[in-house]
Amino acid sequence: MNLSTRYLGINLANPIVPSAGPMTSDISTIRQLEDAGAAAIVLPSLFEEQLRHDAFELDHHLDHGTESFAESLSYFPHVGDFRLGPDDYLHHIQNAKRSVGIPIIASLNGSAMGGWTQYAREIEQAGADALELNIYYVAAEFDTSSAQVEQRYVDILREVKSAVSIPLAVKIGPYFSCLPHVAQRLDENGADGLVLFNRFYQPDINLDDLTVGPNLVLSDSPESRLPMRWIAILYGRLGLSLAATSGVHTATDVLKLVMAGADITQMCSALLKGGCRIVHDVLTDLRQWMEENEYESIEQMKGSLSQRACPDPAAFERANYMKTLQQYV
Amino acid sequence: MQTRQKVMVDGNQAAAHVAYLANEVIAIYPITPSSPMGEWADQWAVEGRPNAWGTIPNIAEMQSEGGAAGAVHGALQTGSLTTTFTASQGLLLMIPNMYKIAGELTPAVFHVAARTVATHALSIFGDHSDVMACRATGWGMLCAGSVQETMDFALISTAASLESRIPFLHFFDGFRTSHEIMRIEQLTAEDVRTMLALEHIQAHRQRALDPNRPVLRGTAQNPDVFFQAREACNGYYDRCPAIVESAMARFAELTGRQYRLFDYIGAPDAERVVIMMGSGAETAHETVDALNAAGEKVGLIKVRLYRPFSAAHLLAALPETTRSIAVLDRTKEPGADGEPLYKDVQNALIEAYSSNTLKTKQLPRVIGGRYGLSSKEFTPAMVKSVFDELSTQQPKNHFTVGINDDVTHRSLNFDPAWTTEDSDVFNAVFFGLGSDGTVGANKNSIKIIGDVTERYAQGYFVYDSKKSGSVTVSHLRFGPREIRSTYQIDRANFVGCHQWLFIERYDVLGRAAIGATVLINSPYSPEDTWNRIPRSVQQEMIDKKIKLFVIDALTVARDCGLGGRINTIMQTCFFGISDIMPRDEAIARIKKSIEKSYSAKGAEIVQQNCAAVDASIANLHEIKLPAKADGARTVPLPVAGDAPGFVRDVLGSMIAGRGDELPVSALPVDGTFPTATAKWEKRSIAAEIPVWDPEVCIQCGKCAFVCPHASIRLKAYDGTALDGAPETFKSIKARGKEFDGMMMTVQVAPEDCTGCGICVEACPAKNKSEARLKAINMAPQAPLRETERDCYSFFETLPEVDRNLLKVDSVKGSQYIDPLFEFSGACSGCGETPYVKLVSQLFGDRALIANATGCSSIYGGNLPTTPWAVDRNGRGPAWCNSLFEDNAEFGLGYRLSVDKQTEQAREWLQSLKTEVGEGLVTDILDANQADAADIENQRARVAELRAKLGNLDHPVAAQLSAAADAFVNKSIWIIGGDGWAYDIGFGGLDHVLASGKNVNVLVLDTEVYSNTGGQCSKSTPRAAVAKFAAAGKPLGKKDLPSIAMSYGHVYVATVAMGASDNQTIRAFIEAESYNGPSLIIAYSHCIAHGINMRTGLDMQKRAVDSGHFPLLRFDPRRGEQPLQLDSKAPRLPFKEFAYRQNRFKMLTKSQPQRAAQLIRDSQQDARDRFEHYERMSKQQTVEAEPAGQPATV
Repeated sequence: MNLSTRYLGINLANPIVPSAGPMTSDISTIRQLEDAGAAAIVLPSLFEEQLRHDAFELDHHLDHGTESFAESLSYFPHVGDFRLGPDDYLHHIQNAKRSVGIPIIASLNGSAMGGWTQYAREIEQAGADALELNIYYVAAEFDTSSAQVEQRYVDILREVKSAVSIPLAVKIGPYFSCLPHVAQRLDENGADGLVLFNRFYQPDINLDDLTVGPNLVLSDSPESRLPMRWIAILYGRLGLSLAATSGVHTATDVLKLVMAGADITQMCSALLKGGCRIVHDVLTDLRQWMEENEYESIEQMKGSLSQRACPDPAAFERANYMKTLQQYV
Repeated sequence: MQTRQKVMVDGNQAAAHVAYLANEVIAIYPITPSSPMGEWADQWAVEGRPNAWGTIPNIAEMQSEGGAAGAVHGALQTGSLTTTFTASQGLLLMIPNMYKIAGELTPAVFHVAARTVATHALSIFGDHSDVMACRATGWGMLCAGSVQETMDFALISTAASLESRIPFLHFFDGFRTSHEIMRIEQLTAEDVRTMLALEHIQAHRQRALDPNRPVLRGTAQNPDVFFQAREACNGYYDRCPAIVESAMARFAELTGRQYRLFDYIGAPDAERVVIMMGSGAETAHETVDALNAAGEKVGLIKVRLYRPFSAAHLLAALPETTRSIAVLDRTKEPGADGEPLYKDVQNALIEAYSSNTLKTKQLPRVIGGRYGLSSKEFTPAMVKSVFDELSTQQPKNHFTVGINDDVTHRSLNFDPAWTTEDSDVFNAVFFGLGSDGTVGANKNSIKIIGDVTERYAQGYFVYDSKKSGSVTVSHLRFGPREIRSTYQIDRANFVGCHQWLFIERYDVLGRAAIGATVLINSPYSPEDTWNRIPRSVQQEMIDKKIKLFVIDALTVARDCGLGGRINTIMQTCFFGISDIMPRDEAIARIKKSIEKSYSAKGAEIVQQNCAAVDASIANLHEIKLPAKADGARTVPLPVAGDAPGFVRDVLGSMIAGRGDELPVSALPVDGTFPTATAKWEKRSIAAEIPVWDPEVCIQCGKCAFVCPHASIRLKAYDGTALDGAPETFKSIKARGKEFDGMMMTVQVAPEDCTGCGICVEACPAKNKSEARLKAINMAPQAPLRETERDCYSFFETLPEVDRNLLKVDSVKGSQYIDPLFEFSGACSGCGETPYVKLVSQLFGDRALIANATGCSSIYGGNLPTTPWAVDRNGRGPAWCNSLFEDNAEFGLGYRLSVDKQTEQAREWLQSLKTEVGEGLVTDILDANQADAADIENQRARVAELRAKLGNLDHPVAAQLSAAADAFVNKSIWIIGGDGWAYDIGFGGLDHVLASGKNVNVLVLDTEVYSNTGGQCSKSTPRAAVAKFAAAGKPLGKKDLPSIAMSYGHVYVATVAMGASDNQTIRAFIEAESYNGPSLIIAYSHCIAHGINMRTGLDMQKRAVDSGHFPLLRFDPRRGEQPLQLDSKAPRLPFKEFAYRQNRFKMLTKSQPQRAAQLIRDSQQDARDRFEHYERMSKQQTVEAEPAGQPATV
């Protein structure tokens, strides 16, 4: 049985890839994931804004209250050398590359255009096999049009593409007026893959203290149906790779997403809940299902239930919603 | 001659540079103004910088200067090249060891930033009273007068000490030299190796204690031989001056700078000569040059080697033509017939005259005088007045100069208008706020000008006495020759006023020369700015033909993303309009230095600052002055006109920056000042103040409870009291049955608030329609200032709440009591002051406070105004600061005294039982004084007693009447920080706790030496970065609560009001009621933690929730189970506490792996600490003493 797949032009042993998240921030965990069978690793995102914030915060606190009172002209020792740039992240890439044999995909979230390109170059130089552009962006401005939002994605992609030669995947959210059009523009502008979808953490209201704050809720399997639909619609119509992320927990989820057309499936919540061993378990179940159902390879089933290949293409479009409602009538 | 680098450094760095290169062991302890020397040494060691022989010196922070001296002594005895740095009281603590080190003829150098020794008051500033106190120790003394000399003499003294075996104090003037930045030539490691002969180093090592060649040193000697043995060292002292001279000669060969033991400056045929030492001699040098250029014949002898005092060298330096000499001492010896240097000179002349060896034609007349105590300005005009005095027929001896002594009339008059400043020296003065970065920018400007041009540069910075909203004045000089002007600038070519408010508050224009350029940061348009300048200031500008420029720097800063940081903008404007160097080159240099300064902090910060540079010139406007001043505004009085006379006339002058003008008669003779003066100093420093929303308020009192500056007050009152209230005065029906039918108000003191916002963070009530709003919300102060000022004035007239109505052991109840600690100059958002204020509310009317030196003594006792206040009966805390190291003992002294006085009063009362009446006597002697009502009842009894005594014709009656207040219990509080309690004062604290006496100790635990700038204490937690622990403290916080609890009879509490305000107040009341020693350790967030101070309460909560600072109360009165844990097991990862604070977080950016390990260890510390307390709380007590009884007389 052949579980191999090809993603971003890279041959992978199977379609299970741990996604960007806390699990891949630690080298020993990355080793365990490789041992469990992960085909590649997506490292946590380098957030340019976080780096900027850290730098500003440090500067503020080192400076705050200084040169004000004759006895305490400063409050901290002078430390000449702070590691404030992406050094730690780049070191992590190098460490990961040294530690495991599977491909290492870095992830980047820039804020200014210069940051995207600069950090992308440094990531490439650090040895990453590919780069995922994590354009984590909540479009909340009233004076920004959908076209402007889409153009922002394209601009970032083009800039980074011109700066590096490693494969680029673009990780996007689902909130576009016409996703296929966006996907097509990204394809046309050099994306080697799409990662569907970024899960925006939804803020929550705390009734105890009447505040609004982040509330991390891990995904579950039904959430995989969102990427499943759009991968099914996109499959076979663009020249780029498709990665499914969100709600990948079981072999069943993997099978469905691959049949919809995903080249790989990325796991995060499942790993946080079940640990590295989940990769092994899913792969075991995957093999078993394929054996039982006499599938020879991942490639064989890939896209077999995409919109182009499924018996009822309209099922992936509006009818799906109508049918769901009708079931309750 | 080798090439040496030119550097811009201050005196401290200059001394530390050589001390570090020349030593192997350095014991350090912080004390102003010498702390930076230790900080540099520690930093260089952390950076791995080697000394002159390629090894990194071993730096050890000690628990006190006494400890540092002991460690130095030990290191010297075992053969290491060893040094330390200190000043003032710190040096005095070293004296016992100094006698030993000198007695053992051990080469060593202590580098001292000479500072005033505390007498009638503490002063952090400079004079020679500390080093003069060491004259008898047997140490050599070499005095540097400038930054270059400080570097040079650090090496010369070390070389001389090694060769002569006489240990040396190398000293220079605190602040004036220690903090003055100058461009100097930096000595190299090669210089150090050249000057310090290996044979002398080897000889030192050979004398070391070594079991391979054992000796015994430190014997006890008896009358038969001690005297002779003491005289055995004489030859070493006799040879020492020549050795120093020789070292100076070798140094001159090496560097080209020739010093002599006594350097003569001036006319070879001078008739009048001044003799002095230190930085003042530079001003005298400048004055002598100017006077001689004008045709006079005067001279100056700069004393370099003060001990051993070589009369021969002094007399050799004196011109034969000398007829009169004035010796200037920067110290005072009350009761003496002259100050030390004066007497040394007199003695030298008399001895020479008596032995016919005097080379002058006659015995010169010698007068002595004092100058410059506590960094008092010493100017050329003062020097000239001394020379003028020498010209008189009967010159005044034992004079003072620089002050107006209108009591004993010893001061010399001088003409402040007389100056020596050369026209080719560019003088610039900048007025800024501590928070606006003015000083930092000016330091940078000095470096730029010093680096780029061939000009000599000098920078000196003056800070005010507040820790929040403090004003800084920078004095910068640039000139074509060496700058000797060791005094402030009062005729500046350029004046920068970086804060608009200063134009009307301070005499900014007073320092401007005719034709000067003045730059004002104005929030108004160029057109509007002129109209808003007070008319008198406008007139001064016109009279002085000022070139006036304005910029709205705050807007430019905000537009560039710099927030409130205007430093780069104002710096650019300075270069843009001052012509000090070509504008384009200056701008390029500013950008280069921005890149150098900020590149480690991120490219974005560099870009923002560079953008601000470009925007600055574009937004700079010149205002052409009209011919006539036409402004409508006037300069306000520094304090309100209805203030008490002393406040208005004396403190008001200090507030206005005119303290130098006050005569001797204006000041108390013994350092005693009235309290309740801070309320007259309306600083109005808050950009935003809290605004109360009565409809949302639940009247919990938390806002007032946590307010660090007592700027939020609560009152409940009868509604009729609102008659005549200002229209904007807010009021609402008071909640709670104790206030039935009453109204209440939460009032903000708008001009006393510092705008920290902690009240808003503490407020638990939220607006139900707009959840971002609370019952108290911040709003811009300026539009509210006048209306809220009126409201606060009205609020003050409302009657005080009857204390008997209040549940004082609750947060709410306690906050209806007027604080007797208000409006201090502590940092905005200070974590200590709310605890201090609580003491004042609960016990202030009968409190005696012993305050250790540190933040709390500074914000509690630094002039001009002080925050300790009085209630409506005129009662309030009586406060005193003894020393840093002895505060527990000092407070115990209060107790011993009060107890004795009470006992005496009881004895007298017993003896008058018949006359006074048995009933009253019994009531007084057996009075229960557990709460405020009891205390009031006792006061009434005492009043009744006094009335009766007044009618008695009995010899004891008058004495008892005077002593009768002793029957009312005093509440004795010993307050200090962790530097005191954990380190320098620990031994005394331990003894006082062990004494069993009824004292209350409040440790304001910021986990660092806050007042001296954040040095590590034994309270500093593991993993935190602090000065002297730049790589993160490797070991955990000392468990002071456990140590105190181990006695069994000590009440111990740890509190953190941000975690539990109720537990805090309970602990304070329990501690005070305990008739024995009580120790409260109060977690206090601090600016030195690197936090947003507004979040201080949250940090406190995190400290507790993470298990870092568990809350507990150990009350011996609880018998078998005295320990009660008031917080739960750690429920927050230590990281969630630590990484909200720069003190922990910065290590992750400098040494991430070490940071990770230390944080893991800290997590374990937190678990272990909690488990330890938990086990203790479950154990039965160890033979606890019988529970302390409620205090009675």
